[in-house]
Amino acid sequence: MALSDLFSRRRKEHAESEVGASDAPVHPTKVLARFIAGLSSRSQPVLLDLGPVVGTNVSFFGEQLGCKIIVEDLSKDIDRHVRDGSLDQLPAFLMKRFPQESSSIDGILCWDVFDYLDKKSAKPLAEQLIRMLRPDGVLLAFFGTAQPQPGSRPEYTRHVVVDKAKLQHRPYAAARQKQRPLPNRDIQLLFEPLRIVEQFLLKTNLREVLFRKPPEKPAASVAPSA
Amino acid sequence: MWKRDEAVRPTSGQPATPAAAASTQPVTTPAAVQPDVRRIERDIVNIGKSVVIKGELNGSEDLTIEGHVEGRIELKDHVLTIGPNGKIKAQVFAKAVIVLGEVNGNVTASEKVDIRDGGSVDGDIISPRVAIAEGAHFRGSVDMQRKGAQPGQQKSASSSQPEKEKAQAAASASAQPQAAAH
Repeated sequence: MALSDLFSRRRKEHAESEVGASDAPVHPTKVLARFIAGLSSRSQPVLLDLGPVVGTNVSFFGEQLGCKIIVEDLSKDIDRHVRDGSLDQLPAFLMKRFPQESSSIDGILCWDVFDYLDKKSAKPLAEQLIRMLRPDGVLLAFFGTAQPQPGSRPEYTRHVVVDKAKLQHRPYAAARQKQRPLPNRDIQLLFEPLRIVEQFLLKTNLREVLFRKPPEKPAASVAPSA
Repeated sequence: MWKRDEAVRPTSGQPATPAAAASTQPVTTPAAVQPDVRRIERDIVNIGKSVVIKGELNGSEDLTIEGHVEGRIELKDHVLTIGPNGKIKAQVFAKAVIVLGEVNGNVTASEKVDIRDGGSVDGDIISPRVAIAEGAHFRGSVDMQRKGAQPGQQKSASSSQPEKEKAQAAASASAQPQAAAH
């Protein structure tokens, strides 16, 4: 097959999967500005984005923070496991998914990826994110609070940053429905020892949470006292 | 300068002719390959889609690649365009890089990297400006750190200059139609 055919097919597939990108609704966000503020004091921060590649987001964060952005689109991994019928292997896959070194990431954009994972898969992903996050680093995550509608068409949301206070939600086709929403207590337990520093429940039934990894304790406090 | 690829497009589907090949000025001369390199405009050189180059490609003029290149490409003060048929497996260094084809390797640009709809990059990008269209494929990291700029100064400057924020917002907005068009 010629490369040009491959590209035209890819464009066609993409056009079919993307629903009204320019007409997608814009929602307020409370936590994004705080996420950026949490990183603004750092020089050359490293961001990890678990969503799909969005060019305007890359430009936005690059211009705001002068940062390095690593994009690891987990929706593709989830879809692949669904298609292959190997969802039982997803927890083990997620444990080895990230080659990044421990404590090497300043900020993580999870968006709503945890809504598409069951508890067995969510745990290893959270462990890996905690491992990669630097002390005092921040993690942004969204959690749906509404029960998934049975029979509805599964779709992911591409979160496009309009500005610090607004996100455009662009739906696109998914292979897996959203899972049951996590209660607040489960969210806290999932990300321990991270601390929730900001949490907002929006009218859109979306819970926005900003986590921060506690700073490392000084070595002196670890030493046993006489 | 970003319209240069438009001048290249009409030739992308045309087969390379021996006459055209005879009038070429090769960017480099890899040992095993006689490149089909054509000068289609005064300052833009085109590497045809039947050409395979393995080795190091250096140049001092804008270049469009429709063929296959493996190794290293260096056009430090010029624009490199990877055409829709171009397939690159190389480290790329240029002033600006426009990707409509496929790149496997790290891309470093002193001004801008632009991955257009249908373009694909597997590798790390280092550039002060990066544009990724909605239909593009990208896997890797983007480093937009401005060399020579102190991050602290940059942030304080941007926070004290609302005009700059507006300009950034306008730049984002101007990028939006490109993304939304697909």
